[in-house]
Amino acid sequence: MTTDAVSRSSAAHQEEKPILRYTFFERVNHWIGALSYIYLLMTGLAFWSPYLFWLAAVVGGGPAARFWHPWFGLIFTLSLFVTFGQWRGDMEITDADRAWGKAIPDYIENHDDKLPPVGRFNFGQKLFFWGIFFGVILLLLSGVVLWYTESLPWSLRFVRYAAILIHASVALITIGLFLIHVYMSVFLEEGSFGSMVTGYVTRAWGWTFHRTWYYEVTGRSESDLGKPNLPKP
Amino acid sequence: MSQAATELVRISGHAGVVPGAGLNREFQVCKLVDTTTCIGCKACEVACLEWNGYTFTETTFDNSYQTMPETAWNYWNLIKFNEHERADGTMMLLMRKDQCMHCEDPGCLAACPADAAIVQYANGIVDFQEANCIGCGYCMTGCPFNIPKFDPPSRKVFKCTLCNDRVSVGLEPACIKACPTGCLHFGTKTDMKELAETRAHQLRENFGYQDAGVYDPAGVGGTHVIYVLHDAKNPELYGGLPKDPHIPWSVRLWKGPLKWIGNLAMVGGIFGMALHYMRFGPKREEPIPPNDNEPNGNETRRV
Repeated sequence: MTTDAVSRSSAAHQEEKPILRYTFFERVNHWIGALSYIYLLMTGLAFWSPYLFWLAAVVGGGPAARFWHPWFGLIFTLSLFVTFGQWRGDMEITDADRAWGKAIPDYIENHDDKLPPVGRFNFGQKLFFWGIFFGVILLLLSGVVLWYTESLPWSLRFVRYAAILIHASVALITIGLFLIHVYMSVFLEEGSFGSMVTGYVTRAWGWTFHRTWYYEVTGRSESDLGKPNLPKP
Repeated sequence: MSQAATELVRISGHAGVVPGAGLNREFQVCKLVDTTTCIGCKACEVACLEWNGYTFTETTFDNSYQTMPETAWNYWNLIKFNEHERADGTMMLLMRKDQCMHCEDPGCLAACPADAAIVQYANGIVDFQEANCIGCGYCMTGCPFNIPKFDPPSRKVFKCTLCNDRVSVGLEPACIKACPTGCLHFGTKTDMKELAETRAHQLRENFGYQDAGVYDPAGVGGTHVIYVLHDAKNPELYGGLPKDPHIPWSVRLWKGPLKWIGNLAMVGGIFGMALHYMRFGPKREEPIPPNDNEPNGNETRRV
């Protein structure tokens, strides 16, 4: 108790100051994308299986689900394009990521201390991002065909056949990515969910999971470890 | 079946056989279109509109007798006119009444995601229940005959009902009723098939149509609308009647293996993640370690 109290004084307190991980606009955009995806997931699964058709009733009935699904698809696409603009630079896959990728069994087994340091996003997050990004492009293209099936001439019916298969297959892949994303951010990695709400993570969180990024944003280096986090002169 | 209540099996104190015993009732209905005796009068088109309560709308003209390029949501019965040049250079007009084929294995029904929007009756009629239709248009993708048509204002899909409302009370479909040449027939599938084969035989033997035959495509399990064609080897000549119609393989793949793989992957993934959490637990942040090289480091920061 007493040592703790000492530690919270002045410089040490600076050390505890949380760091901003997601700006307000990044968070708003993320949740627009997340909510529109959840709507798309519910209505899409309703069209996918008769055993899940009741999901359509939850969001206003089958015809309403059919009417709004494409529009929410456009919102989701737009949100993803904004994300692309925001994070494109951070999502470039580097040699450090490939090294991290090779050590992925350690990540799965929660031996995060054995992993090479990574920047703002790790290899898994980058794969998730690019998976969703290219997925949404395919979903948009096939989705437009399904949206206006009746406008497509009979002679181009092979486009319908392709669209129906692409839309379902790619949607399944994004569902897989979505499930992993939700599991990791809500359940597995403590502090992740909160960071997308408040925008902040603790310094220890940044140091543990995104060390390169932690050093970048704090302006510190490995040799600074343990020093009070005083402002640079 | 309700008819079973009217069929006698045993009669008390009755001399001789039971009237109607061993009667084989067939429920499968069929419409036979004999293209060789069709004169293209379009009476069936009119009867269809009248019975189903639709009115004539503006039609298109494309240098043929054909009313419009294809059937519409409110125009379920269309004669397709095709000028055909015989081998000897003479012309021949092929006329085929186009409408829903009422497949035994309906692609529209296989593709439809809405509960009870498409039903198949025991008599073979495939009917759309527009009250349950969500307007997704998947039936249009599943159908190999380009039959279901979308009505944008109501966002519902419509097609020929084989006059289910008439057939269910013992009447023949409206188009059959109106046909002046008798090229349209309605009855049980067995009877119609027999009649069609007889006519095809007649065409081959007596009229020189060597390739005359019956169109009852096996790819969709047979249909409840069958054709007699002069040239059964080239049904495409009759306004694009597919030679070997079947439910598109992408629809089969989507509604078959992909569905099971996808469902298994989704459920398996959720179980897998639960097992991962139980085995490895959450990822927690580690305290930033003090630097041993810096004696003025804040060692008491974390205990």
